[in-house]
Amino acid sequence: MADKHYPTPMLDELENGPWPSFISGIKRLRDDHPDERIRKVTNSLLGQLEHSYETRKGYWKGGTVSVFGYGGGIIPRFSEVGDAFPESREFHTLRVQPTPANYYTTESMRKLADSWEKWGSGLQTFHGQTGNIMFIGTTTENTQHFFDEINEYGWDLGGAGPCVRTAMSCVGAARCEMSCTNEHATHRHLVNNFTDDVHRPALPYKFKFKVSGCPNDCQNSIERSDFAVIGTWRDDMKVDQEEIKGYVAKKGREYLMDNVISRCPTQALTLNDDDTLTVDNHNCVRCMHCLNVMPKALTPGDDRGVTILIGGKRTLKIGDLMGTVVVPFKKLETEEDYESLVEMAEEIIDFWAENGLEHERCGEMIERIGLVNFLEGIDVEVDPHMVNNPRQSSYVRMDGWDEEAEKWFQRQAEA
Amino acid sequence: MADMREPIESGCPDGFQYMHPTMRRNFGQWKFHDDPQPGVLRHVANNGDEVYTVKAGTQRILDVFTLRTLCDIGDKFADGYIRFTIRSNIEYIVDDAAKVEPLVKALTDAGFVVGGTKNSVTSLSHTQGWLHCDIPGTDASGVVKSMMDELIGEFTAWNMPNRVHITTSCCQINCGGQGDIAINVQHTKPPKIDHNLVSNVCERPSVVARCPVAAIRPAMVNGKPSLEVDEKKCICCGACFPPCPPMQINDAEHSKLAVWIGGNHSNARGKPTFQKLVASGIPNNPPRWPEATAIVKRILKEYKAGAKDWERINEWVERIGWPRFFEVTGLPFTKYHVDNWRGARASLNASTHIRF
Repeated sequence: MADKHYPTPMLDELENGPWPSFISGIKRLRDDHPDERIRKVTNSLLGQLEHSYETRKGYWKGGTVSVFGYGGGIIPRFSEVGDAFPESREFHTLRVQPTPANYYTTESMRKLADSWEKWGSGLQTFHGQTGNIMFIGTTTENTQHFFDEINEYGWDLGGAGPCVRTAMSCVGAARCEMSCTNEHATHRHLVNNFTDDVHRPALPYKFKFKVSGCPNDCQNSIERSDFAVIGTWRDDMKVDQEEIKGYVAKKGREYLMDNVISRCPTQALTLNDDDTLTVDNHNCVRCMHCLNVMPKALTPGDDRGVTILIGGKRTLKIGDLMGTVVVPFKKLETEEDYESLVEMAEEIIDFWAENGLEHERCGEMIERIGLVNFLEGIDVEVDPHMVNNPRQSSYVRMDGWDEEAEKWFQRQAEA
Repeated sequence: MADMREPIESGCPDGFQYMHPTMRRNFGQWKFHDDPQPGVLRHVANNGDEVYTVKAGTQRILDVFTLRTLCDIGDKFADGYIRFTIRSNIEYIVDDAAKVEPLVKALTDAGFVVGGTKNSVTSLSHTQGWLHCDIPGTDASGVVKSMMDELIGEFTAWNMPNRVHITTSCCQINCGGQGDIAINVQHTKPPKIDHNLVSNVCERPSVVARCPVAAIRPAMVNGKPSLEVDEKKCICCGACFPPCPPMQINDAEHSKLAVWIGGNHSNARGKPTFQKLVASGIPNNPPRWPEATAIVKRILKEYKAGAKDWERINEWVERIGWPRFFEVTGLPFTKYHVDNWRGARASLNASTHIRF
């Protein structure tokens, strides 16, 4: 235990205060871990991190590290200040796919901890922003050993680089009354169909699936995924009038008027004189607000399915994009439903792989080529649910108008 | 080296094997939920089954000792099942009301913080920072730890008009996401180029392609192929740095923090919204980042005082108007707050809607 510690006066400040401190955790590994390798590597890590705090700069650089058979899933890190802090010179992270909505038993977790202690630094994150379990800090050689070990008992790497990434989904039907779909099945059907594209980066850039069970979108799929699946329903929401009356009795009419009725974005709610609620379901946009306020009284309808939005992403390169509605409603119940969902994802990824520029997200490609060209590419017809409003600019060539209008009437007749 | 071994490409594992049996049994059969106390949820199924969720904040970057402590608590008090939220809170789910208090006590005694439900400020989601990212301008973990120390009372209570999601990111690419309040890095100077290294390290065409404003051109410098930046055009986004580390964007002095507010991905009431800039030029000041925390606290104070029940930060500001926001928070409004890209006209006020 007599290792020489790098001084960490700035990091020590992060041990003050009531919130749990990651610095105290790393120090515990440095001071108390029985394995000398872990003590040394975390000491070195703290030395480098303190150096970053002093100089306000990062000192990791990427590289190429992979396990046999895969091309991605590892975040390689080599230290630029390895001479000063040699024990963490190689400090790679493995991205491991969690279950949908991140369920674990303590037993499964202990097993992972044991393996990571054997081959890595003893530091991990639940979870990174892409959704993976991040096992932070190991050497090139031990990367392979750790992967081999956990892969044998059921865990696989997630995506890194230009590939299909690890998916994320909300807690969903396992615990939430708002859930309108089986997030678990949707998540696994989608991402596991693309296992090859997760492990072998060969796409223009990253492609993310995220699944939320209702329009509250607790998973932020709309902004943080290229392919967002959000549960919804299309029949009438269910109203328990006795519960509505109970709510009025408890909170008062004024509270209800101010917090529910007047907050409805489409004015679809009426509080009747007898303290019952009338819902104009045809005008309801399933925003979820009234259900959130009165979960006991209001429930999604029975004809449930999903809305699919394509092209959400964060900042780089043209700025933030929300996903755009491409499928307003789709049933997801039978195996055939899931198959057609997966086929649609294949169409989209294929089209984007062929037409996207290097380092161009799917949403950026749509912005460049226009939604209509994208829809034609994936063989989906236009729908007024896809726009906030129709075209404003009159500078457009419309010589195919009659033909397109005919298509609309035909589709209407077939529906 | 290890021997070659064929990987088992199992992909995303089935979560049902790790799910509490009461949840498994009632999958898709939940009727409603309520909130017995901060950090605790109760969900009731159609058949009357109940589960209680106890949520706690962690340090996110866990060492195996802490992880085992969390497992010990799970074994002793929570039937051996756990899950994590998108914001790295841990959740224990039990099916017996009597198990809640001992669980809350065990978590609290072990130094974790029970809370983060309903109209609280839940834990900040964040990125890797100096600990492990290759392009970080700051240490998101440190910012979060410092900020949560000061916001802990808002995590453990239901003081806010609605839930508040705060995020941090360690560079402008912004993996940390967006939230009601987002603390992001803002580079304020163009990259410094080490011309001796560019030709060895960077694929020049892909770096040129990466620039969103076409400010980067190939150039010969000192007889070597390199790149040059038109500094007048450069928006200092740092997009060139990941594929070309010799184009150093991070700077001890000029990499600042900026605060953006009003990101809301929920469809509740209004359509989802993006975050908007409110403050910049905030020093990137380790180890405690007090200036950033002070601004966040100021915004939260006014939101708490001014918003109506259920209003998220974006809805509050939309109702009172941006001039009032800058007035009540005392934050300066500058020319940098006026958007100036091709589509910016949509953000300008084309009406006489003015509050006096």
